[in-house]
Amino acid sequence: FLSVEMTIYNLYIFDCNGTCLFYREWKRTKHMQMSNDEEMKLVYGMLHSLQSFVTRMSPVDAKDRFVSYRTSAYQLNFYETPTGLKFVLNTDLNVGDVLEILRDIHGKIYVDCVVRNPLSKQGEPIDSNLFSSQLNSFLSNLKIF
Amino acid sequence: PNRMVIYSVYIVNRAGSLIYHYDHAANAPSTETTKTYDRHPIDLVFREGERLVVHFGDKEKIGLSVVKVNGEVVHGKILPSGQRILDYLAEPSNYPVRLQFAKPRLTSNERIMLGSMFHSLYAIAAKLSPVERSSGIEMLEAENFKLHCFQTLTGLKFLLLTDPRQSSGETLLRKFYEIYGDYALK
Repeated sequence: FLSVEMTIYNLYIFDCNGTCLFYREWKRTKHMQMSNDEEMKLVYGMLHSLQSFVTRMSPVDAKDRFVSYRTSAYQLNFYETPTGLKFVLNTDLNVGDVLEILRDIHGKIYVDCVVRNPLSKQGEPIDSNLFSSQLNSFLSNLKIF
Repeated sequence: PNRMVIYSVYIVNRAGSLIYHYDHAANAPSTETTKTYDRHPIDLVFREGERLVVHFGDKEKIGLSVVKVNGEVVHGKILPSGQRILDYLAEPSNYPVRLQFAKPRLTSNERIMLGSMFHSLYAIAAKLSPVERSSGIEMLEAENFKLHCFQTLTGLKFLLLTDPRQSSGETLLRKFYEIYGDYALK
């Protein structure tokens, strides 16, 4: 039985207005020469352009959805909820089905720790220790298939 | 044997300009629907671009454009008679009205713009990499298609649009590069 370890580099969560609600990095080795704010705006802008690009380019469907892209070094995985919440997970290339992982991050961790938290404010960065620790344990348990 | 479905090929130069485009028409799927509307008002909300695009009202039709009104082909927002389609649809005496919706073919301008857009996205993806020495986007996956990109050492990009089950278009794209070298450059 061959187990392949998946490496997770970083995770971004944006709300429907483009506010970055959450960012965490695990194994990231290269940073950009720009502030965090600028980086978040760049990532959000790129996602917006990618979604527009995919919808227009699609030879089949008029409302096609962007799922992921790969480069020689990493894979960017994307998931958007019907409420406009956007999850971006950068992983290495040894990945299986990341969509399930992103759905679980939203459905099992975000919903329980943020949506159901009476102290969390909509439109503001996530301020919950429970969310961070649940997320960490969830992702650590995933790393070996 | 696995049949590869290829939709189109694009070649973008190092400045981001589209220099070649090919649509494999045999594989282009048809997403047309026709519906007759009996009375005013119709339950669709349109978005005006170069054409009338369905924005809201019918799940099956969102994103599709009006291509025919009562059997006559329309190329934008105007009827062959010169009247604006929206004005025609606002007049109850014109009903029933038969509209055909389809995903229109991209215009040359739109393709040039998309080529340029991808050129930029390719570079941003390399820049955003969390690890050292990343290339730009080599493969982009959507729900209904996959885009494969091969960039040559001189910065020329060969793009291939295929069905979503294709794992790698690189071999084919390298072959295109060979053909390009032999027939387009020499």
